[in-house]
Amino acid sequence: MDNSGQAGNASQWRDALFKISTLGSAIFILGLLAFMVLVLVIYAWPSITKFGFKFLVSTEWNPVVGEFGALTTIVGTLVSAALAIMIAVPLAIGVAFFLTELAPLPLRPVFGTAIELLAAVPSIIYGMWGLFTLAPLMGDYVEPWLEEHFGFIPLFSGPPMGIGMLTAGIVLAIMILPFISSVLRDVFKMTPQVLKESAYGLGATTSEVLWHVVIPYGRRGAVGGIFLGLGRALGETMAVTFVIGNAHELSWSLFSPANTIASTLANEFTEASDDLYLSALVELGLVLFLITFVVLGVAEWWLQKSAPKGKGA
Amino acid sequence: MRARSPAVRKGINLLALTGSAAAAFIGLAFLVWIIAEVFYRGIGAINWDFFTQLPAPPGEEGGGLANAMLGTVIITAIATVLGVLLGVLAGTYLGEFRHTRIADVVRFLSNIFVSAPSIVIGIFVYAILVVPLGNFSGLAGAVSLAIIMLPVITRTTEEMLRLVPTGLRESALALGAPYWHMVWHVVYRSARTGMLTGIILAVARVSGETAPLLFTALNSPYWPTGLLEPMANLTVTIFNYAMSPYEDWQTKAWGGSLIIAVIVLLMNIGTRTMVHRMGRSKSGEGH
Repeated sequence: MDNSGQAGNASQWRDALFKISTLGSAIFILGLLAFMVLVLVIYAWPSITKFGFKFLVSTEWNPVVGEFGALTTIVGTLVSAALAIMIAVPLAIGVAFFLTELAPLPLRPVFGTAIELLAAVPSIIYGMWGLFTLAPLMGDYVEPWLEEHFGFIPLFSGPPMGIGMLTAGIVLAIMILPFISSVLRDVFKMTPQVLKESAYGLGATTSEVLWHVVIPYGRRGAVGGIFLGLGRALGETMAVTFVIGNAHELSWSLFSPANTIASTLANEFTEASDDLYLSALVELGLVLFLITFVVLGVAEWWLQKSAPKGKGA
Repeated sequence: MRARSPAVRKGINLLALTGSAAAAFIGLAFLVWIIAEVFYRGIGAINWDFFTQLPAPPGEEGGGLANAMLGTVIITAIATVLGVLLGVLAGTYLGEFRHTRIADVVRFLSNIFVSAPSIVIGIFVYAILVVPLGNFSGLAGAVSLAIIMLPVITRTTEEMLRLVPTGLRESALALGAPYWHMVWHVVYRSARTGMLTGIILAVARVSGETAPLLFTALNSPYWPTGLLEPMANLTVTIFNYAMSPYEDWQTKAWGGSLIIAVIVLLMNIGTRTMVHRMGRSKSGEGH
């Protein structure tokens, strides 16, 4: 009896250990996030107190005289991500619809797997391709052509250099295309067959089924997935840094070199010579963290709200 | 809806379908193009020296990236140990005590954390490890990758544990098994393949990460000698070499990209085969 009593005690003790270690690890994630924000705020503090709100609206970025403003990089981050979404979403709708409705049945899983594998390719590879393959093509052919035909729009005027906002947006778009496509494919797949067949039975064409049945049915999931893609595009470093040109300037032209928060950090962080410079860079990181946190948080909340009951997030 | 003539509707349909097929074709073509380019440009850099030699000095031909490959393996291995340990435990909490308030909050934040910008995690680790230790280090690189892995493994572990039927848990408990015993011998055992899949995918994901290593592990032209010194790694080397003016280095950057791409794709394909087999054997048992 002694024996079983001891075993019982050991068991209880182990149960307690099990609960504490798993709970502790879960809380560790919360603590880590909070600690991360705290550390970033502490490191950014000299810059926060020196520049205040002006940091967010000033375009001045001059390490030599110690003047730092984040506006060019914030605008660059938002514009490059917006370009990426505008290019990637229509293509992704096409890809997803092709994968769920148009492609020959035996090929669907093959294409689907290919897309999912491409979503796993590291972003530095997209960056390499952007720098060595896409940028020269953009500079030699695409941008001169755009300027010739659409040059009257300020967005498409200016010297075609190949390296700049437009190229960065395209590389980002290609990078998030597989991710958004596979999310949309999963969403489109969830449309009940009966709904589609009823529409076809009423004489609807394939495109009408897509437009009036499949897309409205999956709208919530699709919007959530696109927001997740946007969150990734905002925080992406390597795919952008190679091709954006790293210039702290605001320009109407999409051809001119620009900067995002992530590319500025990648290029300048190890070179930051004094404390204020470093502090300003950390504040940029904090701003990026907050922007992506809000975007991803909205996406997550939206997806959880719209998730069918019984299925987790 | 406005009434349109059948001819117009058929026209619109044809246009939309062509557009969709064209979009799919353009999208897939770009992606195939990128992969083809990596193979085409990278294959030239691959030779015996590439895997066995240290980098040649700037401007000189020859040499290899052996130190960077070793460094990436070391950094990823340490990151995996840290990330898996904490991630599996946290995932177990989310899976086994899923309805608690803490579980809900952690789940929500982990989902966001999965897509958090990795470069900011690099800054964080720079602040907590590189500055206090006074040195860029392989250890700091490993910690930053572990932080990136943590939410990924947490979420996949939870999802795999959720697939374990409640009946199985209840039978074990009804037989008098203590909770930890039940989780260890019953839940983990039946979720094993899925959990392993999640871990491999997380390793694949971080082995291609560059941004968080830029200011943690930094880089080095030498063999790794200690965890507290800057450590060579493949991705930062690719970045530096690609941006350099030397053609030989640019070729090596493509070679490095090819290695990373092949490893990441193999890990992904491997897990797919595993999951496929698991699905088959499960359904085989059931009937």
